Amino acid sequence: MFHWLEKNPFFFAVAVFVVIAYAGIVTILPDFMNSARPVVGTKPYTVLQLAGRHAYIKDSCNACHSQLIRPFKSETDRYGMYSLSGEYAYDRPFLWGSKRTGPDLMRVGNYRTTDWHENHMLDPISVVPGSIMPKYTHMFSNPANIETAYAEAFTIKKVFNVPYDKADMPKLGTYEEATKMALAEAKPIVEDMKSPEVKAAFARGEIKEIVAIIAYLNSLK
Amino acid sequence: MQSSNMINYDYSVAKLFAFATIILGIVGMLIGVIIAFQMAYPELNNLAGEYGTFGRLRPLHTDTVIFGFLVSGIFSTWYYIGQRVLKVSMAESPFLMALGKIHFVLYLLVVVAVVGSLLLGITSSKEYAEFEWPIDIGIVVIWVMWGMSIFGLIGIRREKTLYISVWYYIATFLGVAMLYLFNNMAIPTYFVSGLGDWWHSVSMYAGTNDAMVQWWYGHNAVAFVFTVPIIAMIYYFLPKESGQPIFSYKLSLLSFWGLMFVYLWAGGHHLLYSTVPDWVQTMASIFSIVLILPSWGSAINMLLTMKGEWQQLKDNPLIKFMIMASTFYMFSTLEGPIQAIKSVNALAHFTDWIPGHVHDGTLGWVGFMIIAALLHMAPRMFKRELYSKKLMEAQFWIQTTGIVLYFSSMWIAGITQGMMWRATDQYGNLAYSFIDTVTVLHPYYTIRGIGGLLYLIGFIVFTYNFYKTITAGRELEEEPQSTSPMAA
Repeated sequence: MFHWLEKNPFFFAVAVFVVIAYAGIVTILPDFMNSARPVVGTKPYTVLQLAGRHAYIKDSCNACHSQLIRPFKSETDRYGMYSLSGEYAYDRPFLWGSKRTGPDLMRVGNYRTTDWHENHMLDPISVVPGSIMPKYTHMFSNPANIETAYAEAFTIKKVFNVPYDKADMPKLGTYEEATKMALAEAKPIVEDMKSPEVKAAFARGEIKEIVAIIAYLNSLK
Repeated sequence: MQSSNMINYDYSVAKLFAFATIILGIVGMLIGVIIAFQMAYPELNNLAGEYGTFGRLRPLHTDTVIFGFLVSGIFSTWYYIGQRVLKVSMAESPFLMALGKIHFVLYLLVVVAVVGSLLLGITSSKEYAEFEWPIDIGIVVIWVMWGMSIFGLIGIRREKTLYISVWYYIATFLGVAMLYLFNNMAIPTYFVSGLGDWWHSVSMYAGTNDAMVQWWYGHNAVAFVFTVPIIAMIYYFLPKESGQPIFSYKLSLLSFWGLMFVYLWAGGHHLLYSTVPDWVQTMASIFSIVLILPSWGSAINMLLTMKGEWQQLKDNPLIKFMIMASTFYMFSTLEGPIQAIKSVNALAHFTDWIPGHVHDGTLGWVGFMIIAALLHMAPRMFKRELYSKKLMEAQFWIQTTGIVLYFSSMWIAGITQGMMWRATDQYGNLAYSFIDTVTVLHPYYTIRGIGGLLYLIGFIVFTYNFYKTITAGRELEEEPQSTSPMAA
């Protein structure tokens, strides 16, 4: 049988493909719909939070921080309730990470504040002595990309029926409405911050990356 | 069979990809050394503003070594081995010749796009699939061109039976194509909304499903880039260099089909104790253990190929690299399944033991095999004697020391970290705050950086040796039969 295959590259390739494709179909498909269902109370990200999530991805925060609390007492003691599948229903992409050089951030919004994040991003050692996290000063000067965040929210609403603009769900509206809402959402965060650069930019109607990423981190609960 | 000696194989594309392998190898390993030292000395993050932080450089390191060093090594060896085992020269087909050259140029363009976009922070965040959709399309085109080259050459072959290496190259082509396409399914947001960055896209899968697809890809990228094509290389280069026939045809059959079937189930072991269904986790764990069989099948087949000829290990540094590579392969394919056992994974997951495991596979198995392949090809492609045996010996020991420092420090670091995360005091409270588990690792991070640096130094020695071979090596009258000719 194999001798025959080795002289027939076409059938050989077909045989290889069938053998390797099999496992993916069996393991991924059966629970696909089930895993896509949100837990009650889970909401999609607002445009500002999404812009913060993009900043998180841009600097590969997920290279060192996980967002997955495993069901062990040592983890629930440290980070809070273990993760449920439905809590991730609006995470595109997922950001579980594969390495904990720094602590898990799945529920960081429960125990850190805007003020803490601001100091920590400027100079991690000032807040956590011994920290090996880099400084993220550029987040205080780079603008948050609200437009791309809106584009993504608009896309997932349209293509995947993510429930924006539904009762008890974040409002998306038009791009103009969304920018206004993002500014309104950013306002209390900027007020809690002390950076004159960020405050001056906000007075001009500009939201910095740091504001967006803090909005995102505060939303992780 | 007589005619085979008269075929004039054309190595121009193989040479181009060999140069790319070496250059991208140096770049990728250098970035690796930098980020390794950043973990020991965080001030090193501030050298190049936002473009020099660990977060920006880490994907650049993984992608440059995987898709730069490794994939050009795969292409280079294919353009060398393919012609020889199919007994047909690329020069016989102007179409395949042109295709090969365009393949190389496009590949370089995509490399440039990848480096630029990752430095700018344009990434999808999925590990080893960070590229946004325009680059993904470029990668698909490159891959299809490679497929055309494989099947085109097979189409005009003289030797009707496909040699084992060709099975593995075909599997690499098909496996990566399937995995890459499905994992990178995304919707460009600009085309739906008319707003924002045109290159931005959003994943077709959300949350747990996205994780499942990603690690089905992520783990099997290891299978079809780190394992399958490297086995293709060793099945060709070890018998060629040693002059020994492959120990067992049946064992190679069992290993090939076994590896193809079993590997794809194991991806879920990256998601143990996560929110993916429990049965998927258990299945992944079991199949990871079963995976020892086909992996060791190949490795043992290689070791037994040297039966009765072990003195070559002493005499020929190329054999030494290849035998060390298969030994690291055995080591790494035993360590992986151990980490996939649920109770071990509970400790090892998220710790430095995982990058430690990856690197004994990549540095020991993949790196050594590609180095041996390039050294074997050099005298045949450039018709010159290898420049220096002494340099190869030195390189071997420098790099081996580097690997040992790397994985042993990461074992200790990983297990220390895992134990400290779960340690409790007499009242059942957590004994350590998170930062305690970071600062304690400083010495191991330093040792790991030194290990990586040694490996890089060895690679630079290799580069020098390769360069001198093609510029100053003694010219050869005819092609060497088995052992590669080398000057002391």
